[in-house]
Amino acid sequence: MSRFAAWISRTDHKHIGLMYILSALLFFLAGGMEAMVLRAQLALPNLKLLTPQLYNQVFTMHGTTMIFLVVMPVLTGFGLYMAPLMIGAGDLAFPRLAAFSFWLQVCGGVLLYVSFATGDAPDAGWFSYAPLSERAFSPGPGLDYWAVALLLLAASAIVSAIVLVVTIATLRTPGMTMRRLPLFVWMTFVTSLMIVFSQPVLAASLVMLLSDRLLHAAYFDPTRGGAPLLWQHYFWIFGHPEVYIMILPAFGMISEVIPVFSRKPIFGYPLVAASSVAIALLSYGVWAHHMFAVALGPTFLSVFAASSMLIAVPTGVKIFNWTATMWGGSIRFTTSMLFAVAFLLEFTIGGLSGVAFAAMPVDWQLTDSYFVVAHIHYVLVGGTIFALFAGVYYWFPKMTGHMLDETIGRLHFWLVVIGFNATFFVQHFLGLLGMPRRVYTYPDLPGLGALNLTSTLGAGILTLGILAFCVNVFASLSFGRSAGNNPWNAWTLEWATASPPARENFESVPQVRSRRPLWDLNHPESPDWQATPDRSGEGA
Amino acid sequence: MFPFSPHSPQARAIASLFTATLVLAAIVFVTVSGLVSYSLLRYRARGNPNEPPQIAGSKKLEMIWTVVPLMLVIALFIITVRTAAFIDAPLRPGQTPDLVITGHQWWWEARYPNGAITASEIHIPYGRRLLAQIESADVIHDFWVPQLARKMDAVPGLAGYIWLEADAIGAYQGACAEFCGAQHAWMRLVVIAETEESFSAWLKRQSEPAQAPTGVEATTGARLFQQMKCGDCHAISGTAAAGSRTGAAGPSGPDLTHVASRRYLGSGISPNTPPNLAQWITDPQSAKPGNRMSNPNLSSQEAQALLAYLETLQ
Repeated sequence: MSRFAAWISRTDHKHIGLMYILSALLFFLAGGMEAMVLRAQLALPNLKLLTPQLYNQVFTMHGTTMIFLVVMPVLTGFGLYMAPLMIGAGDLAFPRLAAFSFWLQVCGGVLLYVSFATGDAPDAGWFSYAPLSERAFSPGPGLDYWAVALLLLAASAIVSAIVLVVTIATLRTPGMTMRRLPLFVWMTFVTSLMIVFSQPVLAASLVMLLSDRLLHAAYFDPTRGGAPLLWQHYFWIFGHPEVYIMILPAFGMISEVIPVFSRKPIFGYPLVAASSVAIALLSYGVWAHHMFAVALGPTFLSVFAASSMLIAVPTGVKIFNWTATMWGGSIRFTTSMLFAVAFLLEFTIGGLSGVAFAAMPVDWQLTDSYFVVAHIHYVLVGGTIFALFAGVYYWFPKMTGHMLDETIGRLHFWLVVIGFNATFFVQHFLGLLGMPRRVYTYPDLPGLGALNLTSTLGAGILTLGILAFCVNVFASLSFGRSAGNNPWNAWTLEWATASPPARENFESVPQVRSRRPLWDLNHPESPDWQATPDRSGEGA
Repeated sequence: MFPFSPHSPQARAIASLFTATLVLAAIVFVTVSGLVSYSLLRYRARGNPNEPPQIAGSKKLEMIWTVVPLMLVIALFIITVRTAAFIDAPLRPGQTPDLVITGHQWWWEARYPNGAITASEIHIPYGRRLLAQIESADVIHDFWVPQLARKMDAVPGLAGYIWLEADAIGAYQGACAEFCGAQHAWMRLVVIAETEESFSAWLKRQSEPAQAPTGVEATTGARLFQQMKCGDCHAISGTAAAGSRTGAAGPSGPDLTHVASRRYLGSGISPNTPPNLAQWITDPQSAKPGNRMSNPNLSSQEAQALLAYLETLQ
């Protein structure tokens, strides 16, 4: 077997996880550059850096990249790397399937980007509403690339999700009951189930769109009896669970980081886990809140307003549980913890603007405006990406054996926090001033120029922060302080082995009698299973 | 603009609901950030190597922060439904719309029951509530005039209705809010609210057919308009130019019967001045890149004549 064949056929879950994370980082840089191009074009009114057609391609690629090629795969990568370690398993249930899912993911990403070479990248936005996405209005090949790429990505996501579900369900070390499962693993488990029950809807609607475009079917073509709104229903039945697919694993990371750096167990473990299940179930009943501005009638829409508001409760609960975890603790301000704290505040802002959108009349004014752009970025950047940075600073030592530099880390943190808020907070005001989203330029009305310029300058600062992060990663790979097995004095099983762990993960898995096996090991005088029994029975 | 200067009862209702939501959100955010900040300041490790008391939860506290937010969202839901019912007040049985607004790639058409047709400039009498029907000729658009009304998606095959009203004289900016293709950015519109007298004068003038031009140049222009088949897409009432309204089957352009009376060209991309109109007829793709009009390839005399004709269409 050639070296290349050996390399692509490696099935170690840590290798696959790292490759997922690395590919997501590369696409993150691509998506980030696209964002900078967009912000440059919008810096001043009536700029002509890009043609309208190119602008539409770039924002479509930015959204599609960040969702399908960055956030989903990076979270999957962390799941594949960390879940087996955290449950004391030697590998995944189906390691070769996991490798298959990664290469499918790569194919999807490459296919999407090849569309640029045709001169006609997809240009209908990341949710490609019909009939704009039909051949009559998008005659080029871009949307065909988009649909086929997303089909591959959906298949990849389903495969890796099945691997994770089966791994977590069947390969837990003795004593690792579901009541003792680390919360990151819990969230990964719930997320994976959501992927299995949502991506097929996306795949089916993509097949319908492709049939319309290539085989002259008419699912979404109103001129031939099709229903354009059908696409919206299908897409958001997938798309709203997707939002939680992109945030629940981030919740899981926060639920690992905050306890360790507050030196206290998570406050209210059962509620944090149960509220995630509640979110997962509710997320299938809120899709039409993306369609409040469609004439569907207030009675029908009120049901979705109610379910959307309801979902704020299990989400809000977690914020309070995390805060209560810090309360009375002994807080260590590592870069990881800084990002976790920033996550709490930024995500709260994004969550609250989300509640505002659940109030239909507010949505009737602000949907499809820059207010909604601000909202999604507070949730996905201030939420997911900040949590990911917390997770990276926390687990990088385990994955590489080296610590990330804390000084560069602080620089990274402050640049990102300042840049992020400067970029996106002002976009709330742009929306309130009447600026629609997805416009390549805007008239020189009072306030629009100054606010857009602020946003663009903020994006520049944010970019510097990302550069600081990249420098930190590559410098620390060579020069980072050696990590040892457990640099944070943490409590879950991944810290009970070498950094990075050997191929088979553990020489011997410690006994698991509570949620914090390493705490029990180090505190034989006050083990968790004595102080706070979890009703799992005597597992070991 | 919204929410700071709503100019209709509907927009004011949304602004009040937004303000209520904002206050609620501010209270929650101040509570959370207060608790977080206090924890960070009070419980910072400061080199203390000892582990703090290991507290794993409190059913009572968790009950509080589950039930209190639940109460808050129930309250929010109640005012949401009441506001929604006010804004989307039901139509009378059999009520017909006072104007029909149709989204096209990338302009707005407004038709009035008396036959007046206009593009991307809608006139209404101030202080009177009109029923506007919103529809689309091609892809999905969204009618949005923030100071006056709720958004309404323009979906092909599905008519939506909104109450359109302004409580003061003025020109209110609007835009398409749903991404609809290359020139989504310049699918803007203006709603002009005026007195009943000037509104009915405007409406009467707009419903009249175009006057036959008198000057030599304008007459040549009128003949050119027919010869060049401009009328396949653009209607001019009182002439053979019938125009086309279907977007999916082929291009469609704004009705030009009273084009010279309008404030803007290209749905807001430029003011309606003779040089800007000349740019449209000589190089439409530079006037609005990506729009559906192909270059008619006019000589400069032809362009002059056509311009002279179009400027007579008051």
